Amino acid sequence: MQTNQIIAIFGGALLLLGLIAFFLGRAKATRVRAGGTAMYAQPDQYAWFTVLATAGPALVVSAVGGFLMLLLGAEIPTPYLLAGSLVVACLGLAIGMLMVRPDFHARQAIERVIRFLLAGAALISIFTTLGILVSIIGEALRFFQMQNFWDFITGTTWNPGASFLEAAGRADEGGSAAQFGSVPLFAGTFMITAVAMLVAIPIGLLAAIYMAEFAPQRVRTLAKPVLEVLAGIPTVVYGFFAAITVAPIIVSVAGFFGLDASFNNALAPGIVMGIMIIPFISSLSDDVITSVPDSMRQGSLALGMTKGETIRDVVIPAALPGIISASLLAVSRALGETMIVVMAAGMRPNLTANPLEDMTTVTVRIVAALTGDQEFASAETLSAFALGLVLFVVTLSLNLVSVIMIRRFREKYRVNNL
Amino acid sequence: MSQSFDDISAQLKRRHRKSARLKWISMGALGLAGLFLVLFFADMLVKGMPAFQQAQIQVQVDYSEQASQIPLAAVNEEARPLVSRGYLRLIPGRMEDDPDLLGTTRMEWVLADGQVDQYLKGHHSKLKAGDRAVVDRLVEEGRAELRFNTTFFTSGDSKMPELTGIASAAMGTLLTLLVTLAVSFPIGVMTAVYLEEFAPDNRITQAIEININNLAAIPSILFGLLGLAIFINFFGVPRSSPLVGGLTLALMTLPVIIIATRTALRSVPESIRHAAFGVGCSRWQVVRDHVLPLALPGIMTGSIIGLAQAMGETAPLIIVGMVAFIPDVTTSFTEAATVLPAQIFTWAGEPDRAFIEKTSGGILVLLAVLISLNATAVVLRKKFERRW
Repeated sequence: MQTNQIIAIFGGALLLLGLIAFFLGRAKATRVRAGGTAMYAQPDQYAWFTVLATAGPALVVSAVGGFLMLLLGAEIPTPYLLAGSLVVACLGLAIGMLMVRPDFHARQAIERVIRFLLAGAALISIFTTLGILVSIIGEALRFFQMQNFWDFITGTTWNPGASFLEAAGRADEGGSAAQFGSVPLFAGTFMITAVAMLVAIPIGLLAAIYMAEFAPQRVRTLAKPVLEVLAGIPTVVYGFFAAITVAPIIVSVAGFFGLDASFNNALAPGIVMGIMIIPFISSLSDDVITSVPDSMRQGSLALGMTKGETIRDVVIPAALPGIISASLLAVSRALGETMIVVMAAGMRPNLTANPLEDMTTVTVRIVAALTGDQEFASAETLSAFALGLVLFVVTLSLNLVSVIMIRRFREKYRVNNL
Repeated sequence: MSQSFDDISAQLKRRHRKSARLKWISMGALGLAGLFLVLFFADMLVKGMPAFQQAQIQVQVDYSEQASQIPLAAVNEEARPLVSRGYLRLIPGRMEDDPDLLGTTRMEWVLADGQVDQYLKGHHSKLKAGDRAVVDRLVEEGRAELRFNTTFFTSGDSKMPELTGIASAAMGTLLTLLVTLAVSFPIGVMTAVYLEEFAPDNRITQAIEININNLAAIPSILFGLLGLAIFINFFGVPRSSPLVGGLTLALMTLPVIIIATRTALRSVPESIRHAAFGVGCSRWQVVRDHVLPLALPGIMTGSIIGLAQAMGETAPLIIVGMVAFIPDVTTSFTEAATVLPAQIFTWAGEPDRAFIEKTSGGILVLLAVLISLNATAVVLRKKFERRW
């Protein structure tokens, strides 16, 4: 049987049973009430209770059955599981009907179930994080069984080319063995991130200072949405812009100064990524700067400081934890940014300090490893997960430090909306 | 040593000049960001607008017996390099559909080859000198011109630039976003309701909260790795399908919706809840009948913004295989599909220069959709904005 068919049959049957449950439950409750007996709940509440009693256990049984099959590889024939769940649904309907009695608190019972459901939904975000951790760590461990962890961290040559031969059991044909030294990838990532930060932090911070301290209300209400447009442009579009427009400009400008620049230079994706991050830094810093209490500005101005000196010596130092927090989040974004570097940075792992040369990054290699036509179990494919693990650890720690910084700022000035 | 009045006023002047300089520099920074936006849009418009026009030429099409076997025979030798080969391939099919065509000869406007198109638009073209002369003559005779490119909106991907379109990617985007919305909206709202209205303030709730904020800051490509490892390799969801793409994006969108919903719920004043409790509502009834309806505009705004973000996302979708070459419009959640940003990515990788304008055209369409989505969110916010 097809999966779609199974779902259709199960869903249809459950819906039908639910409808029957609703009307039977309501009919019984209405009848009892019409007989003159006072009841704790409304007929509709009893009706919904019977629906829950019917569908709930059946869904639990089918979910448990499904998980047993998937996780433990238990052999339960699907028709049996289907029939079993539907039998449970009928049993639930019968028990639910028996419980429709005047002294039964149907409303409380329903609300307990609803509360349970809501809490279950809240757990999904935890499961997502766990899922990311388990899936990435699991596959990364498989990678580290094939490759030495220390070589991965400290090696300076990234040359996965021959790994598909090893996976096919023909390692001797490839000439040189595959090498997974991640240092050049991280060097490229940090170079592009550094360029991006050199663009984004000054412009973003200064724009935030202007919006928070100098700009008239009219400019503020106009500038914020305009910056939001900048933030809403998809990264694939930025990547295309970097590759088609910015990179040639950089090559010709470098040529003008007698420098030799590669078309996949690290500068183009860095600059464009910086532009992408400007609104991120400026809106966060703007929030932080406006949260600095006005009494501090007034105190400084009253002592005869100019506005500029107040901003430089009072407002910015006070807002510093928030600004650092914004910058750290921006760094974490730049490290994990994929499309811009995939489209505009190079593919060649290159350990150099010259941003005009082509370089590659961690995310580029993750994409390259997973879009090739490799066997999934090959070292190259699995290396994507090892790189992903490092990326996860680095961005997670940056995020956590940033949270701590912003909390420090919030506690110092008792701001609630940050 | 005392300072003279002049010294002090000079010093003051200097300090004020410095202050003014900061003002101008910071204004310049904001202007730079704005300037970039203008340059970016101008660049995309200049590069992308030509994609909405395509060259067509009027040639004699000969529906002969031979043409049903060798489509190239349908046009005379002179026009052969000028007509789109992809268009010619359709001729046998058309003859099968309409047997009356056999043996007739008609003057028809047909899709020109991509190189003719580039030549007419004044771009670099690989046309031979002789063919250029023919095109020039046709233009003079009014038999070659640029027309509105309907193919761009009705067809799927193709390796021939004159035949490519965004239809299949648009459909893939729609299907993917339907899955995303169906999964992330209910779960997101339920999570937010639980955290704001029901949950006790304990370790577990705090852990969930920190976790949600952290999830919002995790690089999107890691969600792609999650989708690949869990949904495809473990649960066996078909690769490249809108289902797996939608599920992956749903997990990414979840924190956005949760955070927006919580803010919306928090802005509903306590007095409303007290009043509802006062007339004997249970907690769930308070939430369902009073708090949620009042918070709905805020929830909608947040969800639209989350959806717009998901719509522009590419990296995780590449990882789960949604960069497939899809010439036909996908109609099912489990078939291979592609989405607009992935289509743009694929086109950007084509070596043919004519694809640059297709890529920019696709970008213009994507940006138009995204900006209207965001504008809808802003209008909704303005319309339902309420001060308590």
